[in-house]
Amino acid sequence: MSTQVPEEKEQSETEQEVNAETEAEISEGASYGDQRRDQRDAQRRQSVSGAPADIEGESFRLKVFRYDPEVEGKMEPRFDDFAVPKQKGMTVLDALIYARDRYDTTLTFRHSCRQAVCGSDALFINGRQRLGCQTQISDLEEPVRVEPLPHQDVVKDLVVDMEHFYDQMHAVEPFFQPEEDPDGDLEEYRQTRENREKIKMSTRCIWCGACMSSCNIAAGDNQYLGPAAINKAYRFAMDEREGENMKEHRLNVMDQEHGVWRCQTQFSCTNVCPKDIPLTEHIQELKREAVKQNLKFW
Amino acid sequence: MSQSYNRGLVEDFGRWREFTAGMWAWIFHKFTGWVLVGYLFTHIAVLSTATTGANAYTDTIQGLESLLVVRIMEVGLLAVAVFHILNGVRLLFVDLGLGLESQDKSFYASLVVTGVIVLASIPTFLEGAF
Repeated sequence: MSTQVPEEKEQSETEQEVNAETEAEISEGASYGDQRRDQRDAQRRQSVSGAPADIEGESFRLKVFRYDPEVEGKMEPRFDDFAVPKQKGMTVLDALIYARDRYDTTLTFRHSCRQAVCGSDALFINGRQRLGCQTQISDLEEPVRVEPLPHQDVVKDLVVDMEHFYDQMHAVEPFFQPEEDPDGDLEEYRQTRENREKIKMSTRCIWCGACMSSCNIAAGDNQYLGPAAINKAYRFAMDEREGENMKEHRLNVMDQEHGVWRCQTQFSCTNVCPKDIPLTEHIQELKREAVKQNLKFW
Repeated sequence: MSQSYNRGLVEDFGRWREFTAGMWAWIFHKFTGWVLVGYLFTHIAVLSTATTGANAYTDTIQGLESLLVVRIMEVGLLAVAVFHILNGVRLLFVDLGLGLESQDKSFYASLVVTGVIVLASIPTFLEGAF
C-alpha cells in the first residue's frame, strides 16, 4: 500500500516526460491510441524499475524514535536513522512510509487520510507537535527527528495511547443538544450567519491531540480537560441553537478547578494546532463567560 | 498501559530550546513570583529588627547597604518586580481577550522595557557602593 507513495510521485513526473514525448509524436502523426498505450507502457516500466523521482542525488537523515515493549532488545527506547531520498513535495509521513517500506517493516505509526483531516498522524517533529502529512520535509532542518507525542504513553514506536485524550473529549458532551426541535418534521436547525462565524474556527478540530500534548498544564494535571475538550465545549456553548439552559450546563462543566481555570495561557496549544484554531482565545472567552454567569450584584 | 514508556516531565523541561514565547513568559512569571514571595519574607525579617530598637534597625540597614552584593541583588529585585508587573498587565489583557495575536510580542516588549528600566536604575542602586 504505502510503497505507492514514491511511485505515485515518480509516475506523475514520468507522466510529464511522457506527455512531452507524446506531443512530439503527435507532430509526427502517430495515432492518439498508440500514444496513450506508449504512455501507459512507459509508466509501467518506470513502476517496475522502482527508481524514485528523487531530487537529484539528495537524501536526508530521518531520525525516528523506536520502542517496543513486547520485543526483547527493543524495550529500551532508541532512535533509528534512515537515509531517505528527497522528493519534491515530500511530507514527513511520506518519509516514514518510505522508511517503513524500504528499511524496516516493523516501524509503527498511525496514518490515514493524508490530507490533514483525520488527525491520526500527529507526531513530535523537530521539537514541535505537527501532523506528519501536513509537514513538508523542505520546511524542516536536518536531521528530521520524529518522536511520538509527548505526555502520552507510548504503545509502540510512534504510536501513543489516546484513551485519556478521548475520555476528556467525551467528558464535555461533544454533541449537539438543542432544547427544542424545529416546528416542521424535516426543517433544519437555523443558525445566524454571525453565530456560525463565531464558532467556525472551533468546529475545525480534528481530534489529533497535538494541543493536549503541547500543554504543560495538562501534562501535570491528569484531570485537566485540556484545550481540545474545552474548545469542543466552546463550540457548543457558543452555539445559539442549544439555548440558555444548555449553555449554563456547559459553563458549569467548564467552571471547575480542572476545567477552564487550569489554563495558564502558555499559548502552546494555539501555537501547535494544525488547524489554526485559536484555542487559548476560546478558553479565555469561556473563563469570562463563567465569571459573568457567577457575577451577581443584587 | 502498564508496559508503555512514559518519558515524563523532566525530559520535557529538558526541551527548553523548543519553548515558545508564551511558555517562557509563564516560566518567568512563576519564577519572579516566587522570588518576590521570598523577598517579602526577607523584607519582614529586616523590618522586624525595628522591634528591638531604632539603632538595631539602622545598623541592619546600613550593614546591608554597605555590601556590594546586596546592592546588586536590589537591581535584580527591581528586574524581577518590573517584569512580574509588566507580564501581569500582559496577562490581564490576555484574560480580557485583548491582543491575543500579539501575546508573544507583548512578552518581548515586557523583557525590553524591564531591561531598559533596570539599566537606568543601576547608577542609583550602586551609588556609593564602591
